[in-house]
Amino acid sequence: MAESATGPGTGTRPSGGFVLAALRTVRNEVTDKERRLAYILVTPAVVIILAIALVPLLYAIWLSFQETIINQSSSFVGLQNYVEMLQDSDFHSALINTTVFTVLSVSLELVAGMAIALALSRAFKGRGIARATALAPWALPPAIAAVMWRLMFQDEVGGGIVAYLIKSSGIYTHPILGSDTALVMAAVLVDAWKTTPFMALLLLAGLQVIPQDVYEASKVDGATSWQQFWRITLPLVRPAMLVALLFRTLDAWRVYDLLWVMGNRQLNSLSVYVYNGVKISQLDFSLGNAAAVFVFLSSIAIAVVFIKVLGTRAVD
Amino acid sequence: MGGEFETRWGKIVFYTLIILFVLMTVSPLLWMAKLALVSQTELDAYPPRILPQSLELTSFETIFGDNRFRSGLINSVIIAGVTTVICLSVGSIAAYALARLKFGLRGPVLSTILAVAFFPAVAIIAPLFLQFSNWGIVNTYQAMIIPDVLFALPLTVYLLVAYFRELPLDIEEAAKVDGAGPMQTFFRVTLPLSIPGVVTTGLLCFIFAATEFLFANTFAFDPSTQPVTVIIPQFATEYRTNYGAQAAASMVVTVPLTILVLAFQRRIVSGLTAGAVK
Repeated sequence: MAESATGPGTGTRPSGGFVLAALRTVRNEVTDKERRLAYILVTPAVVIILAIALVPLLYAIWLSFQETIINQSSSFVGLQNYVEMLQDSDFHSALINTTVFTVLSVSLELVAGMAIALALSRAFKGRGIARATALAPWALPPAIAAVMWRLMFQDEVGGGIVAYLIKSSGIYTHPILGSDTALVMAAVLVDAWKTTPFMALLLLAGLQVIPQDVYEASKVDGATSWQQFWRITLPLVRPAMLVALLFRTLDAWRVYDLLWVMGNRQLNSLSVYVYNGVKISQLDFSLGNAAAVFVFLSSIAIAVVFIKVLGTRAVD
Repeated sequence: MGGEFETRWGKIVFYTLIILFVLMTVSPLLWMAKLALVSQTELDAYPPRILPQSLELTSFETIFGDNRFRSGLINSVIIAGVTTVICLSVGSIAAYALARLKFGLRGPVLSTILAVAFFPAVAIIAPLFLQFSNWGIVNTYQAMIIPDVLFALPLTVYLLVAYFRELPLDIEEAAKVDGAGPMQTFFRVTLPLSIPGVVTTGLLCFIFAATEFLFANTFAFDPSTQPVTVIIPQFATEYRTNYGAQAAASMVVTVPLTILVLAFQRRIVSGLTAGAVK
């Protein structure tokens, strides 16, 4: 950051202590004003975040120790909501589906995204078009993407092209929309379709800051492309990769619309479990809220693991 | 890893990969366009045929004849539009302070705002639901705009801070030397110079709010306020076997968003990836 406080004395060489002191006063006055203004300018944004994120979050944590029925007074029950939640078989399926979905979709997107980023980092004919198409699926609402892919996964109808291809290849011959496991796998594919290109663009940005001469120097030393990838590209793209990875993992961990729509409301994820408790069944409100707190705490745990173990910085 | 291809095989593998990538990205969209434009007979025929055999607009007539779909589109535009305006107003001044002014809590404030990007939305739907019920604003636009603003704001601030920082400092310094205060400098110099950045940020904000689903599905109960993202998945039940109508509805949302994103793709990519490579 450059010096932003420039008093009228700028440019003149202060010759004595008095001038210096005077300059400092002008400077401090400007800085004080500037500081006050800065606080005024950021206040609305900070208030929004505290009021809509922090206060409800603390309220949710408090509520998770209460037995709550909407529009009625609540009573303190300690950890009972969490105990009930952990014993609920719906919560188990939610946890399993979410874990499987997160691990598979993020790994698939990372590997495929890296391959595409490496390809796009070369200069070739049609590169602009390839890059532009990468953003097309990213802009789709996940709920709409799920509707589209649900049509393509329909069994034995004209629109169900993907189901047809999978069936005729013999990989999976049962109706895909009829099994939870198949649906989670299908959701992984849809998520990969929607997000891999974006992941590739993030990684590509990381690749493009690697100076070319590093590669040239290693080539002179006789390094193969394979060695270059493992010894130069990967270590240097690591910071960009880890930010993208953390972001995607937390995003996948709170998956809601994709599974909810793909499974026609029947497929469970942690967020779907919360939604069902909060909106659909008023009796399970407390369980749903406890699961919401669980999603929050587990997200923090995931972020901490990424930051500590893999050495990335989440913010800034 | 630029440069020439080492072998002919390398080149072949390379182009195959690229073509496969483009095909896989685009073909589901083309297939939806096909489903939206062919006859019901063709939609029912099995096995599916790649090239369309018929061409009609019945599916589009069906969905545009549906009141809920039309009001869903309008609701989406209202919710996303208001969210964008609020985020740009609040976010641009905050971003200016964070990018250009010096104050003690600069770091903590920036971290707090950006941390929300990692915050799971689902964590706060239960308390918001209770609060909105108490206030009697469930099933109103506000119930969706309030949480949408929360999650679009970090994106706005992040993009605008990056953008303001890229502006050459000397123009702003010159304004200051001429006696302009920081606010004048912001409104007369920084903001006009940042129009492209502000437009891109607004567009991304709009896309974010228009694609939001969790809050909309939780806080809106009926078609009077439900955005189109909530309406279309309901069509899977309403128009059970009318696959054409479902595909047409998806296309109506997809095509404008895709065009917007392609038109602004260069700016979007540079904006979104600015922080990843720092």
